[in-house]
Amino acid sequence: MAGGAQRIYKARIKSTQSLKKIFRARELIAASRIGKARAAAAAAAPYAQAITRAVSAVASHTDVDHPLTQEEGGNRAAVLVVSSDAGMAGSYPMAIVREAEKLVGQLTAEGKEVVLYVAGRRAIAYYTFRGREIAKSWSYGSEKPTPEAAQDIAETLLEVFLAEEADGGVSEMHVVSTLFVNMVTQRARVVRMLPLEVVEGVSEADEHEALPLYDFEPSPEAVLDELLPRYVQQRIYAMLLDAAASELAARQRAMHTATENAEDLIRTYTRLANQARQADITQEISEIVSGADALAS
Amino acid sequence: MAELSVDLVSRDRKVWSGAATQVTAPSADGQIGIRANHTPLLAVLRPGAIKVDTAAGPAVEAQVTGGFLSVDNNLVTLVVDEISLV
Repeated sequence: MAGGAQRIYKARIKSTQSLKKIFRARELIAASRIGKARAAAAAAAPYAQAITRAVSAVASHTDVDHPLTQEEGGNRAAVLVVSSDAGMAGSYPMAIVREAEKLVGQLTAEGKEVVLYVAGRRAIAYYTFRGREIAKSWSYGSEKPTPEAAQDIAETLLEVFLAEEADGGVSEMHVVSTLFVNMVTQRARVVRMLPLEVVEGVSEADEHEALPLYDFEPSPEAVLDELLPRYVQQRIYAMLLDAAASELAARQRAMHTATENAEDLIRTYTRLANQARQADITQEISEIVSGADALAS
Repeated sequence: MAELSVDLVSRDRKVWSGAATQVTAPSADGQIGIRANHTPLLAVLRPGAIKVDTAAGPAVEAQVTGGFLSVDNNLVTLVVDEISLV
């Protein structure tokens, strides 16, 4: 059976090599898209700034109560899970789901009924497989979120938040998404989105102390009505962009490790194949020698 | 005369920014025109046409689907949902 072991090792080396090519390609693709994802996040920053400043201005000039800022104290809570569409991103999708499960456990322990909203196919698959009820799901292309996708998500969630509890409304809303810290660190985190707490970040919005008195057109209430949904939408969009950058960074890292593992495997299999070849040669020689010996004697 | 410094931003990018002499936009009860030293204002925009008369060069005109406008200290910020430049 000379060459049997050799053939097996050769086949393994070949398949590992083609896997390595796939991993390497995905790593490079992810690396090239991170730049774009971060540029998109940077491009959305002026809008975020403008809207935050405007919200702060209204909040500091009027004490208008808005439905979106009021604590209702109900028993239903919405949780939006922002995950990825594609796999091959290491622990990224699981980290999100783990964080979400923790939050769901916490809310349930507080006696609240949790309504799940899921974005990204990985998380949808996770919850569908476990037979959990999903109120609404989106698979919007998690690597490249659009403002339209964010608008769709925001509109759905605002509608549910503003609805009465008896009609399936909720009294609070949390978002589980990933924060892009840097290329190496991405952290899954929970943010309570609604009811809004506008007070945060007001102080840093304006450097001059005495804020001018604003005129509102048509009225402070109407301005707030327009402003707050946009504020929510912008924050969701920012989170989607952050999640996209995180996903790509996680994928790049995971694929880099996979490529290295494939290289290690190829090296090990090459050694084993060489050993097998050497063993075959040794055996053949000793067969020839012992054959010659038998004829000579 | 003082000039306005205008930022025109949409959800995913900064569309235009620069100095201008006058900004016209569709507010809740009609067209609103902003010139230098306008009082601080926050206004809701209807769908319609906005026009920025730039300090130098041709005017910037665009169709918007809604948004808002803030004026503060000669700094005009137009925040729009969707925009198509004319």
